[in-house]
Amino acid sequence: MEYLNIIFQEIYKILFLLVPVLVSVAMIVWLDRRVWAFVQKRQGPNVVGPFGLLQSLADALKYIFKEIIIPSSSNKIIFILAPIVTMTLALIAWAVIPFSETQVLANINVGILYLFAVSSLGVYGIIMGGWASNSKYPFLGAIRSAAQMVSYEVSIGIIIINVLLCVGSLNLNDIVLAQQKLWFVIPLFPMFVIFFISALAETNRPPFDLPEAEAELVAGYQTEYSGMMYAMFWLGEYANILLMCALGSILFLGGWLSPIDLYPFNLVPGAFWLVFKIIFLFILFALVKAIVPRYRYDQLMRLGWKIFLPLSLTWVVLTASYLFYFNLLPTN
Amino acid sequence: MAHAIFFYIFSAIAIISAIMVTASKNTVHSVFFLILDFISISCLFIMIGAEFLGMIMLIVYVGAVAVLFLFVVMMLNVAQQTNQWFLSSQSSGHIPIGLIISAIIFFELIIVIGGWKYKPNLLEKINTQTQESISNTHSLGQVLYTEYIHVFQISGMILLVAMIGAIVLTFRQRDGVKKQSYIKQISRERAEGVQVLDVESNKGVSIDD
Repeated sequence: MEYLNIIFQEIYKILFLLVPVLVSVAMIVWLDRRVWAFVQKRQGPNVVGPFGLLQSLADALKYIFKEIIIPSSSNKIIFILAPIVTMTLALIAWAVIPFSETQVLANINVGILYLFAVSSLGVYGIIMGGWASNSKYPFLGAIRSAAQMVSYEVSIGIIIINVLLCVGSLNLNDIVLAQQKLWFVIPLFPMFVIFFISALAETNRPPFDLPEAEAELVAGYQTEYSGMMYAMFWLGEYANILLMCALGSILFLGGWLSPIDLYPFNLVPGAFWLVFKIIFLFILFALVKAIVPRYRYDQLMRLGWKIFLPLSLTWVVLTASYLFYFNLLPTN
Repeated sequence: MAHAIFFYIFSAIAIISAIMVTASKNTVHSVFFLILDFISISCLFIMIGAEFLGMIMLIVYVGAVAVLFLFVVMMLNVAQQTNQWFLSSQSSGHIPIGLIISAIIFFELIIVIGGWKYKPNLLEKINTQTQESISNTHSLGQVLYTEYIHVFQISGMILLVAMIGAIVLTFRQRDGVKKQSYIKQISRERAEGVQVLDVESNKGVSIDD
């Protein structure tokens, strides 16, 4: 009975986290399309509900009622598993995101490593989908994304090392608390820019959306998917984007800390500030999508390996030397 | 109680998927089972309190090594391996070698595990002080660059040598490939790009490259 109680309590907590995440994924799709339209002087989705807010709900209903088509020559088990893997991995990562000092589902010691590990597993959904479809374009898309995501993982890892050098702990709450005096975006600004660009590549967002480049590969790894399975890929992708925004705001923008440590701002709950920062980063993501044309594939690889990797490695040496020389290394 | 149940679940998944790596006919399925094996082993690492090792296992093996592995297997297109392969005359030469290698590995494992069994104080002889108060990551960080610096650096060098060796072995310079020079592209100016020529009628212009 006691075990059941604990399990119910945990399930309640998980639902309390996941339902807002899923709803905000739907809202963020709407925001993405509105920002995109705003840049191009269009209206965007504005018909369903107030300001078109219910557009994503209408789209989701459409996906649910559409037929799921499984190609006869596909590898059925892996074909069905792929969207499930994508969505599960996008959702389990939210377990360690701290919304305030106490509001966190799992306050684990190696929170940042957990986030990094889960985001590096995200490539499997895409590879599995692309391979199991048994079709040319999905496979090409899967190969592209495997190479792309593995390359940019490296630079994100090294950027995380930069932040960890200044914090001295792998716990996400400690990372946020270390920024009470100064957000890391100020001393590590070049790393923030590289992190932002790498996050774009990691989540297959434009200008790095080569795995699903519609002009070349129809829809990349999603070509053979339809109905709810396509919607799951799509939900997972946007949940991953939100996760990258959350990671960026925790590492560089002070997570749930308020921008100014003064009276009226202190009263606002930390969760609000984190959501505010996530939305700010997401609007930047959406603006980039609208403004920048797609990269060529060899340029993408060159950017990852020949520019970002040496630059972030050099910055690790610089940060470490600076902290060591001025005796600022965190000790605990 | 719950701890034991989870241990048995994870170890059962690890063993079954390890068997399936060798037993499944489809090579790509084998790699997926290998990934499942890695994941359940990292769960076991986390369960014994080695959270850093478990996460690094996930990041390095599952997130990078297995992706490239999968990549290669998919590109080689050896999708179906029929059981006829064992019986055909051209492949039978590999079987004794494989048996010898697996026997050697098996006996080595027996020696290692047996040494642990018959000499229970083997682990105590190794010079490590573990403190209960600090986390696994912290204690690893304290010894990695102090006591084990040479071992750590040497293993890094070995990996570097292996990487350079692989690049040297597979690298070949091909002739007649047009390469782009980014610096040349960026530093191009209007004066060099545009040329105004007086062309005589019916003569044409010779354009280099």
